[in-house]
Amino acid sequence: MGKYIRRRLLHALPTIFIPLVLVFFLLRLAPGDPAVQILGDNATPEQIAALRTQLGLDQPLPIQFLLWLKGLFTLQLGDSLFFHKPVLELIPAYAAVTLQLTFFALVIAMVIGLSAGIAASLLRGKILDRGIIGVMVFSISLPEFWLALVLIFVFAVTLRWFPVAGYVSFDEGVWASLATLVLPALAIGVRQAALLTRMTRSAMLDVLDEPYVTTARAQGLPEATVIGRYTLRTAAVPVVTVIGLSVSYLLSGAVAIELIFSLPGMGKLLVDAVSRRDYPVVEGSVLTIAVTLVVVNLIVDLVYAWLDPRIRLK
Amino acid sequence: MSLEQSDNLVVEQAQTLDSGEVELPAAVQPWTTWKRLRRNFTAVFSIGILVILTVCALAAPLLTNNAPLTIDPVHRLRAPGVEGHLFGTDYLGRDVFAIVLFGGRTTLVVGLLVTAISMVIAAVLGLLSGFYPKVDAVLMRVVDGFMSFPSIVLATAAAGYFGPSVATVILALTIVLIWPSLRIVRGSALVARELLMVEAGRSVGVPESRILWKYVFPIVRAPILVQTSFIFSAAVLGEAALSFIGLGVDSKTVSWGSALTEARNYIQNAWWIAVFPGIALVLTILALNLLGDALRDILDPRLARR
Repeated sequence: MGKYIRRRLLHALPTIFIPLVLVFFLLRLAPGDPAVQILGDNATPEQIAALRTQLGLDQPLPIQFLLWLKGLFTLQLGDSLFFHKPVLELIPAYAAVTLQLTFFALVIAMVIGLSAGIAASLLRGKILDRGIIGVMVFSISLPEFWLALVLIFVFAVTLRWFPVAGYVSFDEGVWASLATLVLPALAIGVRQAALLTRMTRSAMLDVLDEPYVTTARAQGLPEATVIGRYTLRTAAVPVVTVIGLSVSYLLSGAVAIELIFSLPGMGKLLVDAVSRRDYPVVEGSVLTIAVTLVVVNLIVDLVYAWLDPRIRLK
Repeated sequence: MSLEQSDNLVVEQAQTLDSGEVELPAAVQPWTTWKRLRRNFTAVFSIGILVILTVCALAAPLLTNNAPLTIDPVHRLRAPGVEGHLFGTDYLGRDVFAIVLFGGRTTLVVGLLVTAISMVIAAVLGLLSGFYPKVDAVLMRVVDGFMSFPSIVLATAAAGYFGPSVATVILALTIVLIWPSLRIVRGSALVARELLMVEAGRSVGVPESRILWKYVFPIVRAPILVQTSFIFSAAVLGEAALSFIGLGVDSKTVSWGSALTEARNYIQNAWWIAVFPGIALVLTILALNLLGDALRDILDPRLARR
């Protein structure tokens, strides 16, 4: 097991490395000078040149790249050009917000998605099944940022149950903090729930058609045992894949939601940093996201093997 | 016997040999697909919605006298139906009905081009990747890299580099949407590679390029067709999302996404700014997703039984 995990992590290195190298060159080849961004439009050319030297931006690109590589391997990600704080100190606060949002959205997606998917598969062709499919297809087609606007209008503006936007951290009050996360989590959770419903339903139907399920039923096992012990576990394999994809998506894709609800998460940090040409912060964020995705994929693979012993950890 | 005929013979023989052994994915016969599509209610319904939306977008100047970008501060935030504004006006006094109609053009252009470009690239690379293990080894690492790359960074960088414009959006979305399609084409090509008819073709010396085009491509065509519909829907969604956060089209172009940008600030007293472009957006995406589902039902009989 330990050997497998080590090999998988080694295998993941290109997956982490390719995005980072792409980001490095994309940022530096894109127009826009961090020194100008920091000093503003009124800076003299001398001031800009001095700052560029200080930041190491006057070096040729290959030298910058080598220095950057060295920093990467020693985990010296540098200081934010905008906040003047080490990137490694900056990111955790933002990552915490995104993690909370991801967690709540995932809970919503899993509770709705798994129960609706299982119910639909057991009632194949019945009215409830068709109803669930209808709602699911509609929900998949809802753009998250538009759903967010609708939710704000209904629950924040009209009913006044939740705040319109803003973030309260856990330390300042658990309930207040939860209240700020309900609408954003719903806005991104609904679509993920629909995707999960679809996968759960079709995975369950696949397994329910298997001969061994028929055998189990023929032997007179109670339906609860057939479903609970023989079906769910096998059907869970493709479902876990979709959950893994959801987590990856939620961790990196919730930018619009974070902007709408003014949540200080990774997405907002990333977009702000790109527009400020804050290279170290962009690189640090991309590194964080890439590493998280690799870990999520690894966990998904380990869960596969646990669920289905036929899948060997090679 | 010409080469063409010998090919067909090989295919027939291979298919006879294959019958009952391997589950052959349905090869797409365009005419049969169209005939089955016409009998499918969901397909007809979704195509109907798409046709109506397209006609509205194309005939926009005939349907409204208002220009979508004309600012009219005196008549800002008018409710729907007031003073000849069917869908009301936004915070700058622009006619929301005109924005919805003309915004549809942006959606169509971006959707069509992104889908066409990304599907062609995905089809070519996916076929090669599924057929040549060496290409596959390299290409799959690249795909992994791109798929773990936050697409928002790419879009931001593209917007910074080329400036916000329709072309930038198309470029950014194409680069993001190639990879999932490539994986799907590759998966089908991997299955097709193992088919007996391919082996048979090789054994009688049919050139590799001909095997790819004549034997493998017709099989891969079905998943490509299904995927096209979903990629179109993803492109529509992507354009709206990018324009919504200000990384999409420029301010001279009307888009449903950019129309929604300011809607949040006026949602307390002008819900129509958010509602009408949003409904147009949801209808388009819904119709494309339904069409994709219908195509999959028709082209993959194994799933259709559900």
